[in-house]
Amino acid sequence: HASFRSRCSFAVSRVLYSTVYDPNEPTFDKILIANRGEIACRIIKTCKKMGIKTVAIHSDVDSSAVHVKMADEASCVGPAPTNKSYLNLDAIMETIQKTGAQAVHPGYGFLSENKEFARRLTAEGVTFIGPDTHAIQAMGDKIESKLIAKKAQVSTIPGYDGVVKDAVEAVKIANEIGYPVMIKASAGGGGKGMRIAWNDDETREGFRFSSQEASSSFGDDRLLIEKFIDNPRHIEIQILGDKHGNALWLNERECSIQRRNQKVVEEAPSTFLDPETRRAMGEQAVTLAKAVSYSSAGTVEFLVDSKKNFYFLEMNTRLQVEHPVTECITGLDLVQEMIRVAKGYPLGHKQADIPINGWAIECRVYAEDPYKSFGLPSIGRLSQYKEPLHVPNVRIDSGIEEGSDISIYYDPMISKVRVTHNIPLLREVIIHPRFVKGDITTNFLPEVYPDGFKGRILSDGEHEELLATAGSIYVASLVKAQRFLEKSTRIPAAKQDQKSWELSVQLDDGVHSVTVSRSGSSYSVEVDGKTLNVTSEWNLASPLLPVTIDDTHRIVQCLSRDAAGNMKIQYLGTVVSCCSTLKCFR
Amino acid sequence: MAAGLVVLCCSRLLRDCSRVSKYAPPVWAAFRTTEERRQWYSVSNLTIQERIEQKSQRAMLGGGQHRIDAQHKRGKLTARERVQLLLDPDSFVEYDKFVEHRCSDFGMGTEDNKFPGDSVVTGQGRINGRLVYVFSQDFTVFGGSLSGAHAQKVCKIMDQALLVGAPVIGLNDSGGARIQEGIESLAGYADIFLRNVLSSGVIPQISLIMGPCAGGAVYSPALTDFTFMVKDTSFLFITGPDVVKSVTNEDVTQEDLGGAKTHTAISGVAHKAFENDVDALLNLREFLNFIPLNNKDPTPIRECQDPCDRLVPSLDTVVPLESTKAYDMLEIVTAIADERDFFELMPNYAKNIIIGFARMNGCTVGIVGNQPKVASGCLDINASVKGARFVRFCDAFNIPIITFVDVPGFLPGTSQEYGGIIKHGAKLLYAFAEATAPKITVITRKAYGGAYDVMSSKHLRGDLNYAWPTAEVAVMGAKGAVQIIFKGKGNEVEAEAEYVETFANPFPAAVRGFVDDIIEPATTRMRICRDLEMLANKKQTNPWKKHGNIPL
Repeated sequence: HASFRSRCSFAVSRVLYSTVYDPNEPTFDKILIANRGEIACRIIKTCKKMGIKTVAIHSDVDSSAVHVKMADEASCVGPAPTNKSYLNLDAIMETIQKTGAQAVHPGYGFLSENKEFARRLTAEGVTFIGPDTHAIQAMGDKIESKLIAKKAQVSTIPGYDGVVKDAVEAVKIANEIGYPVMIKASAGGGGKGMRIAWNDDETREGFRFSSQEASSSFGDDRLLIEKFIDNPRHIEIQILGDKHGNALWLNERECSIQRRNQKVVEEAPSTFLDPETRRAMGEQAVTLAKAVSYSSAGTVEFLVDSKKNFYFLEMNTRLQVEHPVTECITGLDLVQEMIRVAKGYPLGHKQADIPINGWAIECRVYAEDPYKSFGLPSIGRLSQYKEPLHVPNVRIDSGIEEGSDISIYYDPMISKVRVTHNIPLLREVIIHPRFVKGDITTNFLPEVYPDGFKGRILSDGEHEELLATAGSIYVASLVKAQRFLEKSTRIPAAKQDQKSWELSVQLDDGVHSVTVSRSGSSYSVEVDGKTLNVTSEWNLASPLLPVTIDDTHRIVQCLSRDAAGNMKIQYLGTVVSCCSTLKCFR
Repeated sequence: MAAGLVVLCCSRLLRDCSRVSKYAPPVWAAFRTTEERRQWYSVSNLTIQERIEQKSQRAMLGGGQHRIDAQHKRGKLTARERVQLLLDPDSFVEYDKFVEHRCSDFGMGTEDNKFPGDSVVTGQGRINGRLVYVFSQDFTVFGGSLSGAHAQKVCKIMDQALLVGAPVIGLNDSGGARIQEGIESLAGYADIFLRNVLSSGVIPQISLIMGPCAGGAVYSPALTDFTFMVKDTSFLFITGPDVVKSVTNEDVTQEDLGGAKTHTAISGVAHKAFENDVDALLNLREFLNFIPLNNKDPTPIRECQDPCDRLVPSLDTVVPLESTKAYDMLEIVTAIADERDFFELMPNYAKNIIIGFARMNGCTVGIVGNQPKVASGCLDINASVKGARFVRFCDAFNIPIITFVDVPGFLPGTSQEYGGIIKHGAKLLYAFAEATAPKITVITRKAYGGAYDVMSSKHLRGDLNYAWPTAEVAVMGAKGAVQIIFKGKGNEVEAEAEYVETFANPFPAAVRGFVDDIIEPATTRMRICRDLEMLANKKQTNPWKKHGNIPL
């Protein structure tokens, strides 16, 4: 679990939750949220709306985390490592007893798909806000879930249903299915124990590697083989079931933009699906849900090939990270629905009531460096953090604030001193022509950035804009440096009415001549023979600098600036180093 | 980049130089005797006006084009280029352009050994509109060596700077004394030293070492308030590597003996080093914006766009839960300062204490802070001296002092005791105690023992002393205290817990009024800005004395 995860959903629809719920409907008095970070905050928000008291659990390092501050009560369940705190069943059960919580919302990850937890809760008479143990068990195992899906006539990837015994059998099965095939661990996830084979040799080798990896990673070396879908899209259907045998499909989410099998950008609805395919997928998802008597929010994942053939991948028996895009287009509050269902109420909607209102895109902002394999974790303290809530139709789910620690405990890998973030990559993805056109597959990132993400490549016009902005910021700082307010700097400053500056601005590609003429806050900037008008309030104290360049509004960030004219400017999402100086020193 | 700039700047100058005038004699060095020179002038029929222009132009060239080229080759700017870069455009007013040295021994009296202005450029000008006096030693003329005339020029501007109350900036690039002039040169140094001392505490004096500075010459920078250096090209030492070799038989390079790294990290002689001439001069401009012009001048206040009531939520979590865990005090400083702008001084020396200038609501403040990241932020000899000198500068020029305290005490050990931690620690105590400038103190975590007293405590006339909720004001840490109280008897674990409960919090200090308030960290900036406004008219004087006797 990357611990710094904020989501930014841009919803085209105006209303966040359009569904009206009965405020007088009895519900739980107190819910414990067995999670941390943004999802804990997200759940607490709905609980507050419903008038339910909340209990947060936290590890010792998280004691001043946002979710702890938001909850009505909080309890420390152990030290930082997750297996001693957020996965510490005994401590959590004790907290439940101590606080008298009637139900537990597990969020995603951690204990959300843990049968033992669900069983112990049931034994204590505490409601688990999620599907029942049977459904978790049935869908948790890849082989079993595929068998159930097949039985329920859900379209599945052609493949072998059983456990593959050895390499010889693997080759035989692979030939029956037809290459390419995917060999994967039955207990697997996250890309571990997965191999793609295009011929017999690769199959033999892949079998050996996968079984080794599977046994070391999951302690379970059972493997299965299925057809490998080349260039697929990852599209999933959100479903919602109740304890009365009702189930709805809440349309799809397009989650093809992934890196290393982790989703990066999600949108709803998918630009690729036509209403017929959508209905077919939705209905199959509901059939599957009903087959396991599914009662809660869940997700049925499909791979969709270029001919709109779709194949069942797996079912996630939990609330997912990307649920807000579905909320944005349907107007439903999924957490509220989960709580209602857990309380035993039947669903209040019919399939026909589920709309697609507008469009929503979610970007996952992580503390990771996008220039390394599209994102390697980074840790540190967030010295500045501001959410763009002033932009209309933006929803932000986050569990951090300025000053939060991005700790190593909830981030799997390396440590670095400064926190970097993946916003440059996200920004590039959502404006990429292929994304805009809807021409995406799960291979989008490696295809578009075969040599890794390098930041934005500026067009000529943007390049000029950047130079004009850099020059203007430098002049603004020069002007500012002369504004003394104390009374007795006795000699009135001689040259404060300077109106024009000739600058040299150095970028990666060399030194450029920039002439800035100033009248008030409006700067006329000549860059390589072209004149641009740059206006701004020039509030250099703020990290965000809104500028208007000719008629284009841009928000640039001046991340650092020193006396020698060196600046780091974040322009169109990508950080650029430049150095401005007066061309002649006289 | 800077290399590019240097080239740019020089090429400009070269263009100017190529205009060197039509009046110029064909070859300067061609004169062999006084007779020859007289002859040339008599035939050239130059008017006074022409001769003025000729001399002026020659002054612009310093030691001549080939020496300028050599200077550039070393990555250095010339004396005049430096002045141009340091001062506002068109603001430089030069003094003594026609002064020449008066030495006639060793063939120095010949015309070709005389350079208008001699080996230093002096005058006054503006930095962001504010008056400063500058001398810039010219390495192209006799290696920038100090002649009687050179010293006289420097003294002249120092005298005037003191008269009108404006800072003096010295750009040092000098091989040392003008040997040919002998004792006259020594007298010149002494004249400068005396003025350095008399000006001390009246006008700010800043030295920027941009080349060699050796022998007696080093004492002028040492007497000034701040000494900056340029990496790789500047050196400060009493004696060079050759003398060192002959006296102590040590093999040492110039750089190791007295380079920027040595003086900013090991000796503490210099306050900061910069990448190159351009970087150094531009940073000096920035630096000058922080300091008042003289000791009666009000603290500079710059127009400020950073709201003075800005809350800083990140400060609420900056101090870790475990009291033994380190955090970066710089984070606190940059978070509360205007625009996160902090001009840190001596960043590589005695890193267990942070000093430097920042602005609060536009007004310059001096910041002193213990740095828990290094040696737990304890005070040792170097940290005490570093802090003390800075506090005294701030006080001399009435710059408010903001102190952030997280100090577990003085550093124990024989090396510290033998080195005289007692008298050096006393310097910091003395400096804070005598200071009458506004003093605001924030205890962020530990304030243990004598070090608590020293760090601008209420008892030393702190105007406002705050404690964060994480503050622990106590005689010492719990473990040590319990060992002394119980001497191994009784239940130490329990006693330690009791000690922590009783003393490891802000209350013992707060109930006695030793801190004025326990504040939410997020409000620190807001409060300091408000307090500074309130303290702007603070007037406090110490008993009359000829001068105090700080333990040196």
